[in-house]
Amino acid sequence: MNFLSSKISIGRVSKYFGRGSAQIRALADIELDVQENEFVTLVGASGCGKSTLLRILGGLETIDEGAVRVDGQPIEGPGVERAMVFQHYSLYPWLTVRENIQFSRRLKTNRRDQTESTVEVASGRADALLRSMGLTHVEHSYPNQLSGGMQQRVAIARALQGRPSILLMDEPFGALDAQTREVMHDLILHVHGLEKTTIVFVTHDVEEAIYLGHRVVLMAPRPGRIDTIYDVPLPARRDPDMKLSPAFIALKREILARIRETSGMKTDLDMLEQLTRTAV
Amino acid sequence: MSTTEHASRGKLLAPRVPARTHSPPLWAVRGEISRHTYLAFALAGLIVPLLAWWALARSGFANPTFLPGPGAVVQRLASWWTDDGLAQDIGISVYRVVGGWALSAVIALPLGLLIGTFRPVQAMLEPLTDFIRYMPAVAFIPLVMLWIGIDEGSKIAIIFIGTFFQMVLMIAENVRAVPIAQIEAAQTMGATREELVRLVIFPSSKPAILDTLRITMGWAWTYLVVAELVAANSGLGYAILKAQRYLQTDRIFGGILLIGLIGLLIDQAFRLVHRLCFGKWMTRR
Repeated sequence: MNFLSSKISIGRVSKYFGRGSAQIRALADIELDVQENEFVTLVGASGCGKSTLLRILGGLETIDEGAVRVDGQPIEGPGVERAMVFQHYSLYPWLTVRENIQFSRRLKTNRRDQTESTVEVASGRADALLRSMGLTHVEHSYPNQLSGGMQQRVAIARALQGRPSILLMDEPFGALDAQTREVMHDLILHVHGLEKTTIVFVTHDVEEAIYLGHRVVLMAPRPGRIDTIYDVPLPARRDPDMKLSPAFIALKREILARIRETSGMKTDLDMLEQLTRTAV
Repeated sequence: MSTTEHASRGKLLAPRVPARTHSPPLWAVRGEISRHTYLAFALAGLIVPLLAWWALARSGFANPTFLPGPGAVVQRLASWWTDDGLAQDIGISVYRVVGGWALSAVIALPLGLLIGTFRPVQAMLEPLTDFIRYMPAVAFIPLVMLWIGIDEGSKIAIIFIGTFFQMVLMIAENVRAVPIAQIEAAQTMGATREELVRLVIFPSSKPAILDTLRITMGWAWTYLVVAELVAANSGLGYAILKAQRYLQTDRIFGGILLIGLIGLLIDQAFRLVHRLCFGKWMTRR
């Protein structure tokens, strides 16, 4: 892939946590290019550094080696063109749904060139997001009065308010029940089609990763690294029935097996096997 | 099925006896009880000790000089009010407690915010504060008298010493309890450090800080008697101390009960403010 044309380009990135003998290599030589308007999902066993990598893209973590470029420019801290959606507790409970979505308007960065017309545009943007997220009827409610799924929709709407070109999602549906999660999947695919954003999505749910992603990046722990990158052999337009297609299931089986192999849980599996054998 | 039918019809039609629902078991672990049951138990919790006190005083088992009955205490409070300036005593004590507490709050609030937000400030101030907070406030009385003298300032200073150091640490803890995701979300939206504190950290920790202020107000009251050891000639704590000299146990009882009552009233006022300010967004569905 061409270095210059990539939306995000991650080149030989390493990251260490801790010092001395306690030091661990959280990320080792990560190489990844993400194209404009691509939907990339990151999966892997816990401790593989997928969240750390996402936080690096968000500007919330620094790197120790290598380079990360967005539109050819190195990342220097958080930026409004890279919006982030967290798993939970990121909404402001003292603000209404609408105020949460328009929170960025309170910040100087966005007020600097604020004229009457941009304010109008921003509030029109909030209206549109409230509509497309199905939140219009709760715009004056407070987050605590909403279900978990609704709260995440607010978080997504808030992230989209500033028209980011990249949306970084850190297990955004991890705390939701299975039914709500399925609804959110189609919602986020809809958003992706509509907004033409590039999405990097971290999850521990392999099915979610395949259903949403154009590519699934499988990471492995100790040290955190990219193990395999899978192209998802499904049509660009996804629908829930595809989760039962042979291609989907085959890929899911392959990825799950690979996660098991790389997770370092092998000793646990051996132990379990031994236990069942002695039980008989 | 029939209960929902009753309920919906009951809403539409004129007042009618609500369908009897099964009341939950009273002693369920963490079980809910109705408001009525709660009030009944709360009243019992207050009335039973009062009756026990009255019965003990009446029984002649205890010397009334050392254990006056409720009647004697009420009488003493009445005469204290009419002849002995109870109102002034209450006024000056409230002034000292609220003064010392407010002074603490004014300084502890910004310091706590800084300690809870910035690690270097935490490193610089928290161990020190932790150290000082174990020093007994009473032991500072001689120093305070030497430094500040024996007027109102010294009484306020004692209450300040008693509450301030706890308050700082608690506010810092409240600030640290703000979910990191709230802070990082604002960072990714382009918030500056000052905006993070003003628009996220402070509003997010406000309810917890108000609770801290309420709790430390209670502690400030416990330092009142100590503060009025310092060359006072008025106030509830002073009156209690003086009553000991004249064996006026009824006045001691009255003074202690009054301090408790005033504390309870202030506590309820804080809770009301909390509900008014934050109830709207803190209640879950």
